[in-house]
Order: sequence, then structure tokens, then C-alpha cells
Amino acid sequence: MDAQLPALQIVIPLLAAPLCVALRASRAAWLIAVTACWSSLAVAISLLRRVLAEGEAISYHVGGHAPPHGIELRVDALNAFVLVIVTGISAVVVSASRASLSEELPEKRHYLYFAATLLCMTGLLGMTVTGDAFNVFVFLEISSLSAYSLISMGRTRRALTAAYQYLVMGTLGGTFILLGIGLLYMATGSLNMADLAERLCGMESNRTVQAALAFIVLGASIKLALFPLHIWLPNAYAFAPAMVTAFLAATATKVAFYVLVRFLFGVFGTDFAFDAMHLDRVLMPLALLAMFSASTVAIFQRDLRRMLAFSSVAQIGYMVLGLSFASELGLAGGIVHLFNHAVIKSCLFLVMAAIAIGVGSTNIEDLRGIGRRMPLTMAAFVVGGLSLIGVPLTVGFVSKWILVRAALEAGLWPVAAMILASSLLAVVYVWRVVEVAWFQAPAEDAGALRRPPLGLVLSAWVLAAAALVFGVFTDATASVATRAARMLMEAGS
Amino acid sequence: MTRHVILRALAKLLIPCIMLFALYVQFHGDYGPGGGFQAGVIFAAAIILYALIFGLDEARRAFPPRAMELCVAAGVLLYGGTGVASMVLGANFLDYGALAHDPVHGQHYGILLVELGVGITVTAVMVTLFFLFAGRRRVE
Repeated sequence: MDAQLPALQIVIPLLAAPLCVALRASRAAWLIAVTACWSSLAVAISLLRRVLAEGEAISYHVGGHAPPHGIELRVDALNAFVLVIVTGISAVVVSASRASLSEELPEKRHYLYFAATLLCMTGLLGMTVTGDAFNVFVFLEISSLSAYSLISMGRTRRALTAAYQYLVMGTLGGTFILLGIGLLYMATGSLNMADLAERLCGMESNRTVQAALAFIVLGASIKLALFPLHIWLPNAYAFAPAMVTAFLAATATKVAFYVLVRFLFGVFGTDFAFDAMHLDRVLMPLALLAMFSASTVAIFQRDLRRMLAFSSVAQIGYMVLGLSFASELGLAGGIVHLFNHAVIKSCLFLVMAAIAIGVGSTNIEDLRGIGRRMPLTMAAFVVGGLSLIGVPLTVGFVSKWILVRAALEAGLWPVAAMILASSLLAVVYVWRVVEVAWFQAPAEDAGALRRPPLGLVLSAWVLAAAALVFGVFTDATASVATRAARMLMEAGS
Repeated sequence: MTRHVILRALAKLLIPCIMLFALYVQFHGDYGPGGGFQAGVIFAAAIILYALIFGLDEARRAFPPRAMELCVAAGVLLYGGTGVASMVLGANFLDYGALAHDPVHGQHYGILLVELGVGITVTAVMVTLFFLFAGRRRVE
């Protein structure tokens, strides 16, 4: 069965989704989804262990057809790491979701949520695991379509417009990626990524290939919400059901970032993308702008959800910044930050879900004094917030430290200074919530608090604990990311 | 629609033919043009025509929405199940060659089952979408 693991990674959630629809009962669907998610995590972990032990990529031929003509699933250190992140976060979020879901969706529609989540997971895992460029697009559509329907399940009617806005932007992004892949196919006659990388050697001056690069970078930037293409993100995160936000914030943009990394380093190669086309001159300023402008906007948000959503845009800036150094260290920083931000953001959004149930609102003004009334929940928020800032002994510090080192290594000390300065903006918006929650007295007319479901608080704490553990034992994530980055840089140059 | 005798009579004649043609496109798909997706759409068109002529309630009685939803799931399960079956038999996912003693027969059975799954799901999804849009005003 070991040889079948790459396919199982996609097949398990893919088949669990129709099972949820067939069984329909909320509890049964939840049980299926939880089983599928945790077994996917087990598959991902064993894949990662195998890749790290063997040191070379695992290739799987779907349908027994050999690449480059057949579809190949290809697992290496980079995507095995992303697989673990996506499945791990999904497992925690889906386990916690039944209690919170009852607040937002009628019970007879729960099975649709679980089915759509599993399908979205299928798409994301498929995009990550595949070694075929066209397959990336197919799985991208699976994940996007299910994400739109997930967002539209939000409680208010504004969820519908948010989902529609995301649909328009997401379709644009998907179409650009498809156009890019089509141009690549036109220029080389191949769709297999490894084969493409070989055939693209020496085609630096080919206009078709240059256009393909432009389309793919643009499409992926929309999907990963790179500033200024992020406008779909705040509304989508703010109006989707809380559990959907916790799931998407940690997975969808991360996998889009992975796709960008894979195409830039694994297909086009650093020589073409950075030395010949100077993509770093576009990506680095945009990443810096994202870090500053989105953090500044986050400071002025009244709603906790929108604040966290804008903070996501800023954090995506750090990831893209790491990539734009086009160095082993910078890339490793970006990949570690991908992991860290997934853990931190889903933790914070789970806390937000608990607050929404407890207080009945996510307005920051309404959170006065809840630190003392919901200490356990708000303590998880503080841990998540500290990681977001990048305080030592939390995961956020690890990635920012690597990014600063990468900036200094590249001789860009102003960029290093800007990484530190933008972290101060994170201090401001995190502190605003902490101050309101812990240091202000509760409002006189504050209603009674409802106890948030234990499962929800527990899940938030699992992720908060992960943020601390991986912040202390930095080697676990940093070494995998460094290995992945080294592999990409060696292959790409 | 009780008055439109010609429409009703013609529809009664046409609908079985459309359905039969859909099955032809479905199962002849591996020799000629066609396949699960086209067949599913044609089959769903027959059901939608039935609903247009004889009314939504009649169509819902003949094709209950709950059964259609089960069909949506069943088609995907059939597709994926075929892939899993080839995995269980020791080949890779969706390698139909393992499904029978002779690989050529295996490929044949495999594509037939997979396309049947596609056909079922496409039909059910189209009918479900039609029911949802056509019945929107009434339910709410």
C-alpha cells in the first residue's frame, strides 16, 4: 500500500465527500469528514517521512501511464511539507467545526458544508501533489468552486456578494493560469512540470514563454491575494462561516503560494524568472507594500474578522518577500512562514469563532473585559497574536529571523529594517485587541456570556501549542524548509 | 399545460427516444463519439423536457430530488470506486488494465464504469440545478 500513498492523498477526501452527501445526517457526515481528514494527515506525514528518508522525489503514474504523456503525481520535500500543513490544519478545523457550525448553518445543511470542505481539500491537495501543469488547473478549479460555495454559506446575505466577488476574481486568476499553461504547451508541447523545465532551457528570449510566465505569475498572485490583487480576500474571510474562514485562511492562499513557488523555481527556473525577467523587481515592492499597507489598514478595522483578514494580506507579503530574494535562505524563510502563518491564522480564526459564539459579536468594542470572562480562549489569542508579531519563542520569530538574515545576505539592509518596522504595526493591531479584552472593564450592559464549545477552544489551543512548540524547536520546520529550498535552487539554476 | 395536446403527445413520443439515444451515446462512447458527459446532458434534457411539459410537481414525483442527490454522490463514488478497485488489485489508481484477466478487457470495463459514473453524476447535477432554479419561488 506504500506505493499508493500519493494517490490516496487525493482519493480519500474525494470519496469521503460524496459519502457525506449520501448519508446526509450531520453527525455521520462529520464523522466521515473527521476520519478522512485525520487519515489524510497520516498519509501526508508518512509521505514526508519517506521523502526525507529517501532524499529523492516519489513519482506516481496515474492510470499506469508513464510521464511525460501520462499524469504524474510527484512528491518531494517541498510539497510533502505543504501536504502536511494542509491536512493538519484541515484535521484540526474540521474536528472542531460541528459545534460552531450549528450556530451558523441549519443542521440539515451541515452535510453540504462537510462535502464542500472535503472537495476543497481534494482540490488543494491535488494542486500540491501533482507534477502535471494542466492538472494544477483542474484541481485549482475543484478547490475554487467548492470554496465559493463554502463562503456563500455565511449567515448574512453579504456572504453571497463576498462569494460572488471571490468567484469573479478567482475565475480571472484561474483563467490566467490556464492561459499561461496553454502558452507553455504551445511553446514546448509538454505539460509535465519536470519535462517542461528541461524543455524550457534556452528559451529565455521566446515571447510565448515570457507571456506564459506573466500570466502564471499574475494568476497565482490573484489566488494568493498578493497586494494589490487582494480585494476579494477581506470580504470573503469576513462573511464566510467562521470555520470556513479558519480553514481557507490556512490553506487556500498557502497552496496558491506553493503553486507560484513551484512554477517559478521548478518550471521556469531562477535564471529565467529572476536573472532574465527580473521578477524580483516587481514582487519585492509589492510584498513590501502588502506588509505595510495591509497592516496599517488592519489597525483601523473595527471588526476582529476584518482585522485578521487584512493581517493575512500583510503576512502573505512576508512569504512573497522571501520568494523574491531568489536565494536559498529567502525561499526557506518564505516556506517556513507559510507553515507558521497557517498555524497562527487558523488558531486566531478559531479563537474568533469562539468569541463570536461567546459574545455574539466580533466587533472589537464589544470585546471589553472578555479576557477575564473567557480567559482560556483569550489566552490562545494572545499566543497567536505574539506569534503574528514575531516574538521570540513563537513560530513567527523563526520565519522573520530567517527573512531578516536573507535580506542582510542579499545586502538589502533597508528591506531588513522594513521587516522589523512592519512587525511593529502588527504589535499595534494585536495590542488593540489585547488591551480591550484584558485591560478594560466589561461594559455595564454586557449580556451574559455563552460558553464556547469545548472542542473549539481545545482546537484553538492545539494550534496555539503548535505555535509555541515549533517556536522553541525551530529545527523541525526550518530544516525541512531549507532542504526544500536547496532542492528548488539546485534544480532551478 | 393540459390544453396543449400536440405538445404533450409529441413529448410523450420524444422523451423515450431521447433517453434511449442518451444510453446509446453513453455505452457506444468507447467506439464512436460520445461518452458520459454528453450522455448525461442528453438524459437530463429528457427529464427537463418532461418537467417543462407536464409540470415541476409531476417531474419531482418521477425523479425525487433526494434520489437525484444520491445519484450525484453515487456517480462520483462509482468513478472513484473503479480507481480504488484497480488499486486493490495491485495496479495504480485508475489503471483499468488490472480489472480483468486480460488487460484489454480490463481497460474496456474500466472506461465503461468510469463513464457510467460520469453520466449518472452529470444527469443528476443538471436535474438538481433545474429543480432548484425552477422551484425557487415556491419554496421560499
